[in-house]
Amino acid sequence: MKRSSWTEYQKEIADNDYYYARSCIRQNFFPGSEKAFLNIIGKDLGLNIFDDPIHTSCTGIGYHTDIVPLETIMTVVARQFALMGEAGYENFISSCITSFGVYTEILATWEEFPEMEEKTRESLYKATGRQLCKPKNLAHTSDIIFHHREQIARQAKHRLVNAYTGEPLKVVEHIGCHYAKLFPKSGIGGSEFPYVLAGMVESWGGEIIDYPERRHCCGFGFRNYLVQANRGYSIANSHRKLESMAPYKPDFIVSNCPGCAMFLDKWQYTIAEMEGKVYGQNGRGIPVLTYEEMAGLVLGYDPWELGMQMHQVDVEPLLDKIGVEYDPAAKYLGRDGKYIGRPEAAVVNSCSQNAFLNIKK
Amino acid sequence: MKHVTVIGSGVAGMRCAAELAREGVRVTLLEKEEAIGGKLRRWHKLFPTFTPADEVLSPLKKEVSENENITIRTECEVKDVRTGCVTLATGEEIACDAIVIATGFTVFDASVKEEYGYGIYDNVITSADLEEMFNKGSVTLKNGEKPKQIAILHCVGSRDEKVCQRHCSKVCCVTGVKQAIELKSLFPQAEVFNFYMDIRMFGPGYEEMYREAQQKYNIHFVRGRISEVGPTFDHRLQIKAEDTLTGRPLKIGVDMLVLMVGMKANDMNYALARSVEGLSVQPSGFMQPSDPFGGIVRSNADGIFYAGAVTAPKNVCEAAGEGASAACAVLRMLNKD
Repeated sequence: MKRSSWTEYQKEIADNDYYYARSCIRQNFFPGSEKAFLNIIGKDLGLNIFDDPIHTSCTGIGYHTDIVPLETIMTVVARQFALMGEAGYENFISSCITSFGVYTEILATWEEFPEMEEKTRESLYKATGRQLCKPKNLAHTSDIIFHHREQIARQAKHRLVNAYTGEPLKVVEHIGCHYAKLFPKSGIGGSEFPYVLAGMVESWGGEIIDYPERRHCCGFGFRNYLVQANRGYSIANSHRKLESMAPYKPDFIVSNCPGCAMFLDKWQYTIAEMEGKVYGQNGRGIPVLTYEEMAGLVLGYDPWELGMQMHQVDVEPLLDKIGVEYDPAAKYLGRDGKYIGRPEAAVVNSCSQNAFLNIKK
Repeated sequence: MKHVTVIGSGVAGMRCAAELAREGVRVTLLEKEEAIGGKLRRWHKLFPTFTPADEVLSPLKKEVSENENITIRTECEVKDVRTGCVTLATGEEIACDAIVIATGFTVFDASVKEEYGYGIYDNVITSADLEEMFNKGSVTLKNGEKPKQIAILHCVGSRDEKVCQRHCSKVCCVTGVKQAIELKSLFPQAEVFNFYMDIRMFGPGYEEMYREAQQKYNIHFVRGRISEVGPTFDHRLQIKAEDTLTGRPLKIGVDMLVLMVGMKANDMNYALARSVEGLSVQPSGFMQPSDPFGGIVRSNADGIFYAGAVTAPKNVCEAAGEGASAACAVLRMLNKD
């Protein structure tokens, strides 16, 4: 695909000194990703990043489900920004796509309606005694990895190339709706042909797949899932995407949204159990990665330190393709070597969870 | 001998120059491109009669080229104007008694509507591209094959607030019907779908052509805009749209998508308006005539006139008529002097 249009959508991304705002849900879904991001930025790239223990959820999920009013979320966001200022930072980076959309939307709202910013300043001061400090630069953490992608490529231990064939791995990238669909100029490459993940994949040797339902929602869609009666819509959307991408035989899916990565991974299990259908090669599911996990593998991180044992679809076939060394026996051992439990065998993984261990042995 | 500078050598500019020269006025006809003729140079046939564009253009070009009173200067870009003087991009100044601005319009850049994939997917083309294909006698897919399913999307860059083009470009509806008939005539086995918001058949013979497209050529008209285009595994195009008459979303695969690109006001209109007191632009970006009824070819600046699509989207007949009207208005002013 001729993706040249992405170059017209550029945004300023700070080079260093980041104030890091975590996601409220990612550590449950992909528990090693945020830690991996901190390590990549702080240790591999040697940059300054501050992981502030006293910031909170942005309350974006409550906002998008009409539970949290606009004035409340504005004040919560104002507190996050105030904490950034107090810590001596001015580059705010968000781990969650929904939060990034919320921060972008609120900054734009304050720009258009200064009286709302004034009201928020007042509410923040009354509630917490803090002063609002608007960020000089706002970016999503995938923007940061994109910004440093060539440096990561120079430090790469592995490339996104099939170790058996030498061919580039075929990758489906899925961008969270709140990354650029709200404000196209807030994303690298805009909303129609975002380049933030494609840029990483191409820099690290992979090849992007453009498929008919590339822009379709992953299926999370907040109300689609949070309202239990609507969950059929959620899985129907994921099903549509998986059906659409399957003929291209992707080696893996990568996403920059907590919900997207989770649903594209977990719904594969449900579809396999309901219909006996799997979308990956060799009768397995398609592994779904976060961009931190992808960057971590490229930089030579241990997949189990990245938390990849928590995926629904087993990642071992992908690790083998990339040529990543891993210890199958350590998959379900926690940080202190404690056994964390093993999931039951599932159709989507085609075989017992013991099989990889047995094969390796 | 009085001297008039006509800026732009499309149908309106040439008609105006020819009329003035016929009355003994010396005319300098300026064209920024390498040849005279304007947008029509690249057009194949004209609605609703399917008259070859060249049949309209050639006599006009012959008339202006052979008239001794007309000096044609191509590859001549205008920097600004003021009453009695046109300044070229080179800095050269052309003194004259009157100026006719007939600079027409700019074809909307379809790549701005990124969701349609123009410039990204090979078989997404514009109405202007299709006319060039007709002219070359080779309407095919990128791989040389004949299209079996063709979609035509109306209003690309017209009536679209997202791209700041709120105005109707007027001629795209009828062009969409004309091109659908031409495609169906070329590929009788192909299915042709026109996606539209409204069908605005304002001119003589247009409505009849629209009816014929449905009854004789079996062209499908779907009321709804396309929301996005993506590639399919077999290198076709998947289109998502809503059929607003049935109230249902639809998804079809086609081989070719033709975007009916609208008329966008020239960017230079703003510079023109800044250069002379009395010249102004409308909210659409087109130049503001002095009066929308009786003064369509006059500006509010002394000695400066308009002709053709520089003031609003127009078809060929209207542009030619305005060229003649502008000549009348100029002559009246010159005769007063």
